[in-house]
Amino acid sequence: MDYFKGTEDYVISKELRDNVNVSIALGRPLIVKGEPGTGKTLLAHAIAKGLEKKFHIWNIKSTTKAQDGLYLYDTVQRLNDARFGDHDVADIKQYIKLGKLGEAFNADEQVVLLIDEIDKADIEFPNDLLNELDEMSFYIPETKETIKAKTRPIVIITSNSEKELPDPFLRRCVFHYIEFPEQQLMEEIVHVHFPDIEKKLLREALKKFYWIREFDMLRKKPSTSELIDWLQALVIGGIPAKTIENEIPFLGTLLKKKEDIEVVEKSGKSHYAYNSSMRTRDVY
Amino acid sequence: MFINFFFNLKSKGIPVSLHEWITLHHAMAMNLNDCSLTNFYHMARSILVKNEIFFDRYDIAFLDTFGGIETTDEMLDEILAGLKKVKELKLSEEEKKQIEQVNLDQVLKNFEEQMKQGHYKNHVGGNKAIGTGGRSTQGAWGYNPAGIRIGQGESRHKRAIQVAEKRTFRNYSSDITLDTRQMRVALSHLRSLLPIGYGEKLDLKKTIDQTCRNAGEIELVWENKEKKSSKVMLLMDVGGSMTPFAELVERLFSAAAGQINRFKHFYFHNCFYQDLWTDMERNQCVSTMEILKSEDHDYKVIIVGDAEMAPSELTWANGAIDYWYHNDTAGIIWMQRFKEKFKDAIWLNPLPKRSWEYVHSIRMVRDVFPMFELTLDGLDEGIKYLMTGKCELYNR
Repeated sequence: MDYFKGTEDYVISKELRDNVNVSIALGRPLIVKGEPGTGKTLLAHAIAKGLEKKFHIWNIKSTTKAQDGLYLYDTVQRLNDARFGDHDVADIKQYIKLGKLGEAFNADEQVVLLIDEIDKADIEFPNDLLNELDEMSFYIPETKETIKAKTRPIVIITSNSEKELPDPFLRRCVFHYIEFPEQQLMEEIVHVHFPDIEKKLLREALKKFYWIREFDMLRKKPSTSELIDWLQALVIGGIPAKTIENEIPFLGTLLKKKEDIEVVEKSGKSHYAYNSSMRTRDVY
Repeated sequence: MFINFFFNLKSKGIPVSLHEWITLHHAMAMNLNDCSLTNFYHMARSILVKNEIFFDRYDIAFLDTFGGIETTDEMLDEILAGLKKVKELKLSEEEKKQIEQVNLDQVLKNFEEQMKQGHYKNHVGGNKAIGTGGRSTQGAWGYNPAGIRIGQGESRHKRAIQVAEKRTFRNYSSDITLDTRQMRVALSHLRSLLPIGYGEKLDLKKTIDQTCRNAGEIELVWENKEKKSSKVMLLMDVGGSMTPFAELVERLFSAAAGQINRFKHFYFHNCFYQDLWTDMERNQCVSTMEILKSEDHDYKVIIVGDAEMAPSELTWANGAIDYWYHNDTAGIIWMQRFKEKFKDAIWLNPLPKRSWEYVHSIRMVRDVFPMFELTLDGLDEGIKYLMTGKCELYNR
């Protein structure tokens, strides 16, 4: 049995790693939920890389239907071909195109399938896939063929909880909620992206980052990807750690809403916490 | 005793099904939790609980069931940590060779077997079992190149019970009033009111028509049909006793305004009369009658307020709380008119439900509008009511 240990460039918590292995062992899809920017989509990439398996992505849009993932019967092409008679239109098989799910089932070896942002689709969408994901097979009436997975693919499903997923669907899955990484784990994550970042700079930056995240008022809290962008800006701009203690340069990379920036800037001027050297002073 | 866990979860209101419970047993039969309670805690949660708002209740149920249990978790964690350390050690070539002879997986398996047999208690000396002063692959103060120290340092890892006791997910629980994070989730509930999108359909008649015009060259005509979209109207109580909640509510829905294209919002103070304000400071207003006349009746109306006021504000002409405001028609009449026009209307109240019975005006408002708590659960129920006309509390 495959055992996922994580990869070099994807830092993973122990709980998530265990849950990935539970879902692989049970052959059930893993639903990953969590704040945007906690690396839900990257997880599937990392699993495929770590286990050295082929990787399929099925990006879900608001118009995606369950049928799209299974197969498409190109009737228009068939109709067109029928007019000129240069194809054998009696052979329906050549007009059946497998979708992402069909491809994953039809693969000769086990693959990793990512169903990205399943909550974008219609509310009925997950229900339409119940049987297919349970049995890992489906039937094509046009060709009287059954596509059945030789080995159950590793299915990772991400959701931003824009819509609630139906209970029968959830029952068949393993669930993991990615919590926002704590400072220690965050340092590891940053180190993957910036192996030789200055320690003091990182510490000060993270302190500021978590301080901003504590604001209740924010419309959009900065996430990991924004932190990485910000650090990138700090490194390129050559900002010394001392400067970050007293001000927050490039605030626009962390906060994307005008109101949020105003909130932080306003409170920063008057609030003692803004000056981290004061905040961290030993008061005992 | 183990089945108690299932019933404990059920009694805490977590929707666990037998299906999932059996899946958990499959997982345990495969020993996916490595005989560890901490791993079991996470594994069982991932299989049994499918929404983070139930994580807190899961913690409570877990404490109830396994609260006083003795575990060997710390020891296992130590071993795992030790295994990592072995890799990090700088060793001479000779030592490395010795280590290669011992398969780390085997060491772990060995340990598990012995743990099952109960060898780990007070074992001193020996070559195989866990204990102290021996030459086996695990234990403390012993000697083996691939050996692991157990219990010499302080335990850094948390035991499952402690993890559960921390109850980190308390904030995700659904019965507390909305804060920033909950607001986003609440918003997502509102999205179920959004248009579902465009459906594409072959327009057969036009296709045949066009194809004929084209002298047989097939020309496909698609028609876009927009599915019915919902419209949302929001009325918010601002000022007075609502002040502590006003900003919270306003932010929630100003964000919603960005999501829903046909979205209207108005403000009022305690009760609405012939005017509704379009700004929070209540400077600009529109006529309520005008809204009742001109707007479509299929608006979903959400009213947010504490409904806490003097009964006279509802029942009297000129009963409005603001001395400068004169209303010829009593507030309750306006509410009834609203309800008559917009069948899908709910009232969200930030006050806890248990206090509703004690306030006369709340009881009166509840007679007109179905009232829900402004919590995740309440909002959920309310939206369900708006969408289907049915929910546990009210039935239209």
